[in-house]
Amino acid sequence: MIINHPLLGPRDAAEFTVLGDASLIHRPDGLTASDEDMHYYAYLRDNPAGLHRELWYHEQGDRSWLVVTRNTLTHDIEKVELARDVARAEGRSK
Amino acid sequence: MRYSAWSIFKQGLTGNKGWRPAWREPEPKPSYDVIIIGGGGHGLATAYYLAKEYGVHNVAVLEKGWLGSGNIGRNTTIIRSNYLLEGNQPFYEMSLKLWEGLEQDFNYNAMVSQRGIMNLIHSDAQRDAFVRRGNAMRLSGADAVILGPQDIREKAPFLDFDNARFPIQGAIWQPRGGTVRHDAVAWGYARGADERGVDIIQNCEVTGFQMEGGTCVGVETTRGPIKAAKVAMCVAGSSSRVAEMAGMRLPIESHVLQAFVSEGLKPTIPGVITFGAGHFYVSQSDKGGLVFGGDIDGYNTYAQRGNLPVVEDVCEGGMAIMPMIGRARLLRMWGGVMDMSMDGSPFIDRTPIDGLYFNGGWCYGGFKATPASGFCYAHLLARDEPHPNATAYRLDRFRRGAMIDEKGMGNQPNLH
Repeated sequence: MIINHPLLGPRDAAEFTVLGDASLIHRPDGLTASDEDMHYYAYLRDNPAGLHRELWYHEQGDRSWLVVTRNTLTHDIEKVELARDVARAEGRSK
Repeated sequence: MRYSAWSIFKQGLTGNKGWRPAWREPEPKPSYDVIIIGGGGHGLATAYYLAKEYGVHNVAVLEKGWLGSGNIGRNTTIIRSNYLLEGNQPFYEMSLKLWEGLEQDFNYNAMVSQRGIMNLIHSDAQRDAFVRRGNAMRLSGADAVILGPQDIREKAPFLDFDNARFPIQGAIWQPRGGTVRHDAVAWGYARGADERGVDIIQNCEVTGFQMEGGTCVGVETTRGPIKAAKVAMCVAGSSSRVAEMAGMRLPIESHVLQAFVSEGLKPTIPGVITFGAGHFYVSQSDKGGLVFGGDIDGYNTYAQRGNLPVVEDVCEGGMAIMPMIGRARLLRMWGGVMDMSMDGSPFIDRTPIDGLYFNGGWCYGGFKATPASGFCYAHLLARDEPHPNATAYRLDRFRRGAMIDEKGMGNQPNLH
């Protein structure tokens, strides 16, 4: 798979490590969240067959976090964004 | 018809005209006591033990494709019981004991071959960990032997003992481990279940669940609705997709594991050898091919194929520990989709929905678990309580902080 990095251009997926579903950006506040919310966040996944937004880390490159929208049935990559842009657009402050 | 040397002899004298298909192809009935979704190894084993051990004969196994078309036909056929943790080891030892008696039990040649499994040791710390593991195995009634380098040289002289990074200092060896002819496992269980009245229905995809007042009372399928008192999911690899139809979200991600086989060679590998430090394991099939594999690819996927970086990684692991493998040509490679759970361990449990049961999360270790998984799932379905050896495999264990994390990786499925 080739990931079209927004800053560096096309890079081999082998340079990256995968964290998982991009919903992990929305971590609940550990001091105020209920056990139920933390369980839902930490352990349950949608795991869709089809388009999946996921967090990839450019470990062998510029150490940036990306949100990659990828099809889990075909491995086609539809969209690549910087995770910080996605997080800010979705309302996280940092 | 019972298979035996005599039956082969008799058929040979009578023109082989008496052989019959090993199972029927029935039309689905309007209702059953138990519907098992998934006609793979675990689903067929569940049906077999339900009928044979628990007296539940009014059972249907629904299979989307053909029988055994999933991971029972895509694995590397290894059986072993070399786990550490209490929730796991008695279960896998139960499975190995069932493997040992399986062929006599279901009257089918599954080619169970206990040639031993050897996990290599490269450091003092690793030896300590494996000695501890070996003690845990023996406490559960399994067998485990710590080998020194000389013992390994006698068994596998072709390994790279003086590798600069990973010199071989020993191994933990389980003589009762080995390999089994994987397709025959599915066929044997299917034939045994069919003989006892189980309907095996192929080309029948489940498209939804029938719910009445929060209780599951049947399934919708491509061959019409079917009612059942109990519906049992057994679709590891696609668990999230099936559970989603019931509104469930699971602690599972789907990942692909690749496997490889070389051209056929003369007998050279004495059992199974694993090189955990380099992500490589190998055995030799009865046809002579070297069967080997390594790690999962690491990203969510439902495609039954992987990518080249892992192919390279596995082959590098092979070259590092067993340089002679470089002379063999790769014949085939394939991938299987598996449920990677949040702690690397499986589930055999009721779901929050009455009448609906779940078996899945087998990660890359489902094949060896086939007999015990079927037995314990049958126990749960027949008696509505977990089998004593599967009490830890609950769906709510993360909520309770009761993970069964053999590898100590935490809730990161692609690292287990």
